[in-house]
Amino acid sequence: MLSKRLIACLDVRDGNLAKSVRFVDTKDIGDPVAKAREYYRDGLDELVFYDITASSEKRRIILDVVEAVAEQVFIPLSVGGGVRSVADATDLRLAGAEKINVNTAAVERPALIAECAEAIGSQNVVLSMDIRKVGVSPDFPSGYEIVVRGGRTPTGVDALAWTREGERLGAGELVVNSIDADGTRDGYELHLTRAISEAVRIPVIASGGAGVPDHLYDVLTEGKADAALVASMVHYGDYTVSGLKRHLDARGVKMRMSW
Amino acid sequence: MDNLAVTSATAYHRAAMTSARTVIVDYDAGNLRSVQRACAEVGTAADITSDPARVRRADRVIFPGVGAAGSAMRSLRARGLDRALLDVMHDGTPVLGICLGLQISLERSEENDQQTLGLIPGDVRRFALTDRALKVPHMGWNAVRIVRAHPLLAHVEPGDEFYFVHAYYPVPSDEGSVRAVADYEGQFCCALGVGNYFATQFHPEKSGRVGLRLIENFVRWDGNDA
Repeated sequence: MLSKRLIACLDVRDGNLAKSVRFVDTKDIGDPVAKAREYYRDGLDELVFYDITASSEKRRIILDVVEAVAEQVFIPLSVGGGVRSVADATDLRLAGAEKINVNTAAVERPALIAECAEAIGSQNVVLSMDIRKVGVSPDFPSGYEIVVRGGRTPTGVDALAWTREGERLGAGELVVNSIDADGTRDGYELHLTRAISEAVRIPVIASGGAGVPDHLYDVLTEGKADAALVASMVHYGDYTVSGLKRHLDARGVKMRMSW
Repeated sequence: MDNLAVTSATAYHRAAMTSARTVIVDYDAGNLRSVQRACAEVGTAADITSDPARVRRADRVIFPGVGAAGSAMRSLRARGLDRALLDVMHDGTPVLGICLGLQISLERSEENDQQTLGLIPGDVRRFALTDRALKVPHMGWNAVRIVRAHPLLAHVEPGDEFYFVHAYYPVPSDEGSVRAVADYEGQFCCALGVGNYFATQFHPEKSGRVGLRLIENFVRWDGNDA
């Protein structure tokens, strides 16, 4: 059987590691290459870089970061943030990224998902979704809405409808990021994660809100996620990658325990 | 005289080591640099090439790939790499197939109903799973269990996991060629070895330390499977 995956997300701004609280107020907290190496050696299963660089002239920096990490970290690398075309995806792949995350640009132009799937293979296209709770209404049958541009802009698109559309267009995996839970450390949005997991046949990565190890347990069991994404829990040294995996293993979640 | 002999033998050995050519076969089937980086990590400078003459001259050949069997075969034939691979297979050059490289080494694939290289007897089938909770492709880390020892699997311990991404799996005709299996609603062959040919369905270049160890075993392997 497949193990559940522990994924660490590194938000990179102008080449530095940043962590946001509720998607605003980002602050720099260190060197992403050193962090990546540290987590890899401590048993991380997969690594995600999110480029939140503000200015477009600094975008090449993320390619350098990915390249440096790919030389020393031999687990799948996933990169997103500002991917608008197959050319962007290809540049990141050449730098060493396995998987490419699309988000805002895919909502604005859904064909981007199909184009990337054709160019780099479905299994390497991750549809990353920022989602907020809006309550059930005729416009939002699921009660959740897709938001874009780092969580600032509502789209009027129902989250579950977009999930199904993304799978149909060729996304190989989904990131479900709850804007409401992001940075709160109160736990993942279990209801949302489970609803999406049950609606598709591609893997679901839960994101946003992890604060204590049992939050990961909850989302990998009750939330039916295939992988749990963490950021602040490990970035500030409150928990280690191996410690989180040992906790999940002890609670009976199948994890990769030798590395 | 003795000193001189020792010196020249050492020099000869060093030259042989540095000129040992490991090539990675490039046929537009995915990103090969991760394989190249993994080789570098274990101390081997591997060249990425689509030139059949360089493949034939190589001391070691890595045959990776992701993508679909149909387009992969067209691409191999267009470059003459299909015949180069048959030649290195028969002249005893150590060959390491990875993922799609393994799959198209067999005779036939259900993917695109494609006739493939036929280096190894057998075929490739799509996962047909009954459990709706199991997803295809089979993507992530899964335990690899050795069923018949092989030099390239030296130091793989029970419970060690490797990284997989695939929707099709190999079914070699000769069960004796199956070296390791993994479980995904039943066991499937995830590593096979015949003579100078060894191949994995998983990605050693993305499987952390255990994967690097397998690649290190390959770059030191003489092609003898005993």
